[in-house]
Amino acid sequence: MFENITIGQYYPTDSFIHRLDPRTKIVFTAAYIVMLFVINNFWGYLAAGVLLVVMLVTSKIPVRYVFKGLKGIIFIIVLTVILNMFMTQGDVIWSWGFLQITKQGVDTAVKMAIRLVFLVVGTSLMTLTTSPIDLTDGMEACMNVMPGIRKYAHELAMMMSIALRFIPTLLDETQKIMKAQKARGAQLDTGGLIQRAKALVPILVPLFVSAFRRADELAVAMEARCYRGGKGRTRLKQLVYERRDVITYTAMFIMIAVLWGSRYFPLDVLPTWLRG
Amino acid sequence: MNKEQPILSLKDVSFEYFSGEENEEGSLALDGLSLDVQKGEFVGVIGHNGSGKSTMSKLLNAIILPTKGDVLVKGLNTKDEQVTWDIRQTAGMVFQNPDNQLVATIVEEDVAFGPENLGVIPGEIRRRVDESLETVGMSAFKKKEPHNLSGGQKQRVAIAGILAMEPECIIFDEPTAMLDPSGRAEVMKTIKKLNRENHMTVLHITHYMDELIDADRIVVLDKGKIVMQGTPREVFSHVDELKAIGLDVPQMTAVAHGLRQKGFDLPDNLLDVKETAEAICRLK
Repeated sequence: MFENITIGQYYPTDSFIHRLDPRTKIVFTAAYIVMLFVINNFWGYLAAGVLLVVMLVTSKIPVRYVFKGLKGIIFIIVLTVILNMFMTQGDVIWSWGFLQITKQGVDTAVKMAIRLVFLVVGTSLMTLTTSPIDLTDGMEACMNVMPGIRKYAHELAMMMSIALRFIPTLLDETQKIMKAQKARGAQLDTGGLIQRAKALVPILVPLFVSAFRRADELAVAMEARCYRGGKGRTRLKQLVYERRDVITYTAMFIMIAVLWGSRYFPLDVLPTWLRG
Repeated sequence: MNKEQPILSLKDVSFEYFSGEENEEGSLALDGLSLDVQKGEFVGVIGHNGSGKSTMSKLLNAIILPTKGDVLVKGLNTKDEQVTWDIRQTAGMVFQNPDNQLVATIVEEDVAFGPENLGVIPGEIRRRVDESLETVGMSAFKKKEPHNLSGGQKQRVAIAGILAMEPECIIFDEPTAMLDPSGRAEVMKTIKKLNRENHMTVLHITHYMDELIDADRIVVLDKGKIVMQGTPREVFSHVDELKAIGLDVPQMTAVAHGLRQKGFDLPDNLLDVKETAEAICRLK
């Protein structure tokens, strides 16, 4: 059941993007998301889309992996489209009873849908190209420069990395407990939804008990190894910016300039239906 | 520093557990126990479940504080909160469950955890990590994830994690209890090597008597008190006393003891296979 589980959705290849510093990727992704909501016309969407395709190709990740992430949010996209289409006021182009679709409604709906798709694909590109450990390191480093959440940066990162460390351990344990309960006659895969949910109780209870015991032992072991929070702590692995990170940051500023600039680009050259 | 100063010292130490109910008498885990461990020694601690051996190890690392008496690590009192971290750095501790003491998702990062906490500079951490992994023979696994290692390998990583803190003494709290025989052999080989080649002071708590045949001294605990102390030969020759407090003796000692009871004239202090075989061959 859990044999082939991968933590996160990391897809290792040896691409330029994979080798980037995690901080670079986080900052770039954040900038991209912000820009997605700054752009407002065809040129902007075109530029953002082209950029996404370029990144996809550079990452050497099979396209179907990237779009897997979209499956989960298809419902949200459809809902957004429907709501925007029917609820926006403006020039009515179709109506039936109390339902009406406006020109502005269609316009916002399409824009929102594109934005959501770009957003999900963009962020999954980050998680696909960065191992969970690197991601944690990167997030700690990024939080460390942000006032306000700075003081929680180390604790949050530590919690995340411990969670990552214990996921396989607890999965193993779950399997053992399931086998033990099956050996005692527990029926885990039969019956309706409610029955199956009930069958989970004898698995979850021992699992939680054991998880708490582990947590307690781990805390003692950490203290025995002189752990006392993030203060005065050094790291073995130092994040170091390399040339490729400089290139990426430069690309990021160009992206911001282009996408922002796209707002002021003339639309006259476009056919009317694209002018939005 | 005084050359005679023991590295670990328990002075008339008692420890009482309270279950939290009011006016309730605590149960005494340790009862006026005194013990000195000298630098470079390999001391084995044996005792039945509930004899207080785990309590003793936790006292030595300032994880718990004695109800009565004093625990000194290199002359530092564990009651002094200002030196808690020095104590923990001096007396490293390896626990029973290898899964529950590894913190990081990558072997080398786990080994680095201790020195990172001590604020060692990155270059020096790297040196210590590589050296410690080399010592326990796990260098080839430094980029691996701990959950893909065997129990014995995990425990060796845990030992490397302690070594990287450069302690003067390591307390092993039943490190082999959860391992299979080959894992146990791996870990014991590592512990013995540390003591012999790196002159590490070792306090080894276990209930596998065979692991202590090479110890300098064995301390037998029962009901929170030291009931016997001496070289392995001295201690294991008291087969009946040990059995009386629920302990075993090494396999060969047991074999010789059984034969002696059947009327064979064998010495009562045999420990390993070779000398037992020789003694049996000498029988008429």
